[in-house]
Amino acid sequence: MLEIRDLHVSVGETEILKGIDLTVKTGEVHAIMGPNGSGKSTLANAVSGRPGYNVIGGDILFEGESILEWLPDARARAGVFLAMQYPVELPGVRNRQFLKAALDAVRGQRGETDLTARQFDTLYRAKATGIGMSEELSRRNVNEGFSGGEKKRNEILQLAILEPKLSLLDETDSGLDIDALRVIASGINQMRSPDRAFVVVTHYQRILNYITPDHVHILVDGKIVRQGGSELAKELEEHGYKGVLEGAGVGA
Amino acid sequence: MTTPQVISRTSSLDSEYKYGFVTDIESDFAPKGISEDVVRLISEKKNEPQWMLDWRLRAYRHWTRQENEEPTWAKVKFDPIDFQDIYYYAAPKSKNGDDGPKSLEDVDPDILEAFSKLGIPLEEQKQLTGVAVDAVFDSVSVATTYQEQLKKAGVIFCSMTEAVRDHPELVQKYLGSVVPYSDNFYATLNSAVFSDGSFVYVPPGVRCPIELMTYFRINALDTGQFERTLIVADEGSYVSYLEGCTAPLRKTHQLHAAVVELVALNGAEIKYSTLQNWYPGDKNGEGGVFNFVTKRGKAFDNAKISWTQVETGSAITWKYPGVVLQGDNSVGEFYSVALVNNYQQADTGTKMIHIGKNTKSTIVAKGISAGKGQSTYRGLVQIIPTADGATNFTQCDSLLVGDECGAHTVPYIEVRNPTAKMEHEASTSKVSDDQLFYCQQRGINDEEAHYMIINGFCRGIFQELPFEFAMEAQQLLRVSLEGAVG
Repeated sequence: MLEIRDLHVSVGETEILKGIDLTVKTGEVHAIMGPNGSGKSTLANAVSGRPGYNVIGGDILFEGESILEWLPDARARAGVFLAMQYPVELPGVRNRQFLKAALDAVRGQRGETDLTARQFDTLYRAKATGIGMSEELSRRNVNEGFSGGEKKRNEILQLAILEPKLSLLDETDSGLDIDALRVIASGINQMRSPDRAFVVVTHYQRILNYITPDHVHILVDGKIVRQGGSELAKELEEHGYKGVLEGAGVGA
Repeated sequence: MTTPQVISRTSSLDSEYKYGFVTDIESDFAPKGISEDVVRLISEKKNEPQWMLDWRLRAYRHWTRQENEEPTWAKVKFDPIDFQDIYYYAAPKSKNGDDGPKSLEDVDPDILEAFSKLGIPLEEQKQLTGVAVDAVFDSVSVATTYQEQLKKAGVIFCSMTEAVRDHPELVQKYLGSVVPYSDNFYATLNSAVFSDGSFVYVPPGVRCPIELMTYFRINALDTGQFERTLIVADEGSYVSYLEGCTAPLRKTHQLHAAVVELVALNGAEIKYSTLQNWYPGDKNGEGGVFNFVTKRGKAFDNAKISWTQVETGSAITWKYPGVVLQGDNSVGEFYSVALVNNYQQADTGTKMIHIGKNTKSTIVAKGISAGKGQSTYRGLVQIIPTADGATNFTQCDSLLVGDECGAHTVPYIEVRNPTAKMEHEASTSKVSDDQLFYCQQRGINDEEAHYMIINGFCRGIFQELPFEFAMEAQQLLRVSLEGAVG
């Protein structure tokens, strides 16, 4: 589904990613872990085409096609979703209206017709309940006045409604208390299916107690320095980045 | 039903200024330029009584004395207007000669078609449901719908010309009572040469059963449009009034200097909504309407006047719909969205004059600047010594689209009573890259993302509009922003 080949990305003058190779197949869950400043978020943003993240080398293929020239909205409609680390506020734009517009755009790309207002409301209500979001939030403006946890839940609600093929979760776990983390993780687990893939970018192993990854990649200074199965995350929890990397003969 | 009609009207809009068509009809013009003779001629054409002519002449004489005293304080730039190079009176010729159309059969079919194209069908079977329309074409009211239903409620809704003829006691009593003929340069000019406009009277205790709407259309070339609207809501009554306007694409500027007076007697409420979509000029700033308008209401005890405006058209907008809070416990509101794109300029805001005790005013002004547009909010809140317990809340927000436009805020606050409570908030923001990316990452394209964010910015104002108007306002914003986003 996603194939990243020798990817180099700079932000401003600084090269952040220095040659990443990563293949994500349908049905898989990958965890990208690494210390602060290692380039984890840069990777997620580069895949989704965020302006300011300049690909200076290598390629990103989605379902076999290079998407480097695609605008962010085209990537989104094709099925790439980024749950953001810092979701922005859209003053005056109702959460419900925003999601409906997004769903219409995504469905249009799939050749499906727009849902009626009633169909959408039913869907919205079901998905919101599923992740413990009050319906009242649908009448509020997008992320405006939301707590940190509500913002993250709102990202997962969008994910659940848009049903993307590839979900990139950028530090979705940061700033969440344990209950919220559980709810969100279970929301994601419910979405797991043989046709979808997830890339979970995280600093902490904690979320991986709830979402078991098939593959774990450790990113340090813009390069993947270790790869393994879910046991790698456990190892990391016990020994820290320093211990794990020294054990692998890599300086952290 | 009104709604589908209005929606189908708006959904047919696209990138260009769709209302730019010209209707080819025979018109009756007064000679170009302004003079006492032209003023007399206009009055004569309308078979006006002596008192009306005298009032016009007083205004004209006042105007000649103050010539060259055009207001210069607004933050707008334009070449001097040659007031002798304008037609002050242009009326579509009606089939029955000089008397004006008596019924729809007398109205030129081309004019009916023009209004139909604008989404305001006048023929009875096609009329908008629940909205009575007074259609003003160039200087003359051509038709007013729903007369019967209004008559039953005792509401008078007619052209100014008819009002002068049929309800002289009301017109004489209230005309100029809020905006005197000596008020300002453009209002004085209007008082001398006003050609038509709408008149509304709602009797005591009556809630006007339907929305009233006047649709203004400039058609003739080099013609100024000077309508005069007077709305009187008698004690304890309520009326909601809508105003829409368009004009053809013309290479030269057209002057529109209207006056609107609202009188809300004790306990009455007037809600006045405007969608202003005069021709804004082309991409290079050529042509477009100069919209120099004086609008003011006077609210007596426990009365309420609410102005809501969405200003997207005109090359230059110069207007400050205000409320004189004369009576105790009276309320004044001003909700505004002003959008400028390309080379448009808007200097608009409000005046809230607190005289009565416990008077309250609310001002929410949203300015959107795109292209090379310049938008200024200019507002006066005045609390005079008698106004014990007055409160004002003002919020001015500006949104910039692109980096060649400008937004300015000029609040004037004069408080001469220590019990007054004033709140003022102002903000300037840009549509941020992070917001755009957020929308795009959900599949919404750049252009739609802009509209969504800009619409969100205006939400509080659109909520104040009647539903159909709110839908249309959103479409207007979209059309007006064409080329500035995406």
